Amino acid sequence: MSRGSQLPLGDRLAAGPRGITSALAQLPPLRLLLNALARLPLSGHHAVIGLPYLWLGLFFLVPFVIVLKISFADQLIAQPPYSSLVDLATEGYISLKLNIGNYTFLGSDPLYFNAYLKSVEIAFFSALICLVIGYPMAYAMARSDPAWRGVLLMLVVLPFWTSFLLRVYAWIGLLNNNGIINNVLIGLGLIQEPIVMMRTNFAVYVGIVYSYLPFMILPLYSTLEKMDLTLLEAAEDLGCRPLKAFFTITLPLSPPGVIAGFSLVFIPALGEFVIPDLLGGTETLMIGKVLWDEFFSNRAWPIASAVAIAMLSLVVVIMVAQKMLAKYAGAER
Amino acid sequence: MSRRVHRSLWVWLGAGLAFLYIPIISLVIFSFNSSKLVTVWAGFSTRWYGSLFHNEQILDAAGLSVRIGLISALLAVVLGTMMAVALARFGAFRGRAILSALSTAPLVMPEVITGLSLLLLFVALEQAIGWPAGRSAMTIIIAHTTFSMAYVAVVVQSRLAGMDPSIEEAALDLGARPGKVFFVITLPLISPALVSGFLLAFTLSLDDLVISSFVSGPGATTLPMVIYSKVRLGLSPEINALATLMVAIVGAGVVIAGIVMNRAEKARIRDEQMALAGDDLPATDPGSPA
Repeated sequence: MSRGSQLPLGDRLAAGPRGITSALAQLPPLRLLLNALARLPLSGHHAVIGLPYLWLGLFFLVPFVIVLKISFADQLIAQPPYSSLVDLATEGYISLKLNIGNYTFLGSDPLYFNAYLKSVEIAFFSALICLVIGYPMAYAMARSDPAWRGVLLMLVVLPFWTSFLLRVYAWIGLLNNNGIINNVLIGLGLIQEPIVMMRTNFAVYVGIVYSYLPFMILPLYSTLEKMDLTLLEAAEDLGCRPLKAFFTITLPLSPPGVIAGFSLVFIPALGEFVIPDLLGGTETLMIGKVLWDEFFSNRAWPIASAVAIAMLSLVVVIMVAQKMLAKYAGAER
Repeated sequence: MSRRVHRSLWVWLGAGLAFLYIPIISLVIFSFNSSKLVTVWAGFSTRWYGSLFHNEQILDAAGLSVRIGLISALLAVVLGTMMAVALARFGAFRGRAILSALSTAPLVMPEVITGLSLLLLFVALEQAIGWPAGRSAMTIIIAHTTFSMAYVAVVVQSRLAGMDPSIEEAALDLGARPGKVFFVITLPLISPALVSGFLLAFTLSLDDLVISSFVSGPGATTLPMVIYSKVRLGLSPEINALATLMVAIVGAGVVIAGIVMNRAEKARIRDEQMALAGDDLPATDPGSPA
């Protein structure tokens, strides 16, 4: 720590080499500020903590306050298209006008509630399908030859590094009426008419499961790989059948990975926009797409903000539930 | 240690990996299709690569995306590393819990919310202080830095946690200033994490559609925005060609980075073992006459 050997930042600023700095420092409000700064024991440590703090405060926390504020504003035909909450009334009073109309509107129009429910449903079942597909994959990887594990892990992670948008685009080519899957099936004589897959819920499920499967496999793999295999050997030595050993030993030790993987799929799927927009049809109204449409098509910033707040509260509830579950699963062991 | 698992599990793993790769492979194959109908094979051709390289709109957008990606990844590495060092090395300080929460929150935030909230911030700031004047590449850089610094912080923090702090402590005991310890000892040791953090931040930035769409202004059209507007209109063989190039670049990059980092890691471990062995040498024969 460089305290003591150097002047605190405030003093250094105040005694700045340039005349203009010291001249400015004479101004009463600035002098007060600099004096206050000088009293703080500022150092490298504070800069390391303070800079990320300042950045995330300004560009992450403050924006949410603004979203919350605008969700209570009136829709205006103006630039920007929302009213100000705080008005200087004529008698010098500050009047605060909260319009909860945006929220009651969300509650009254079934479109929003249905989109909300549909998003939860699609995200939940996508995460479940990812778990069913991913668990055996992670299990096989964790029990494979250690020399192969790195390669298998790389194969699972690699798609994540290539463009998400382009991987979703690839599914349009596969699922279209004249797409690759239908062409192959017709070519094999298995079907006469193409199966309609694009712009259905099925396509959305395929897109989400495909995009987020690696997020399910990775935490499952790391949990299963860390497992103490001598437990299984002991069970086998005592005459336990492999399947029974799996259900009595491996599965009860899996929850940390399952919880982590489930939330890593569930949370981003909930707010997904690209997949329902490109692969879904009119039946798949997801909350992320509703927010996008309100904002870009209807220019309804206050409604879009209210949707964002409703979505955010759902994410917070899920995060809390995940924390509690993880704690519970950890305490079990 | 490996254990024998049932054969059906290997089949399942193979099928799962096929599921992950078939869409990408189909993109690559049909990028060489001569027909404009993307999914009907009509013969081998590289014409779409030619037309891709004459598509000014895509080339400009790609250039802009790369520039935004490089700058925001650099900023994210600096800020994310600061955050990781503060969280992993500074012990308990006032506001640590909030910083810790702030470091993971951007990871779970739905993109539409991050995009909307940042746009509303920029609009409010412009009204209040006149900055940023309109939305541009700069507002995209700020937005990308904000979410990718959280990813960098996670990567660097796990590296710091797995590192032996005794080397840093030794340097401190020998009178090195904390800043010097960081640049001479900590930074070289966490450099693999910085490289992966940079690559991750760059990839995330290059790939982002939703947040960029919210915070970009006229004239700042990134590559995903161009791809999205084309894809919405249907399949385009040029996009297949572009996808193939991106897959090739990313694949080569990840494989090379993996090999290089693997080698560096092995060399480091060997050096450490050599150093330890070197320490042992005099101890084997203490006080021997020269």
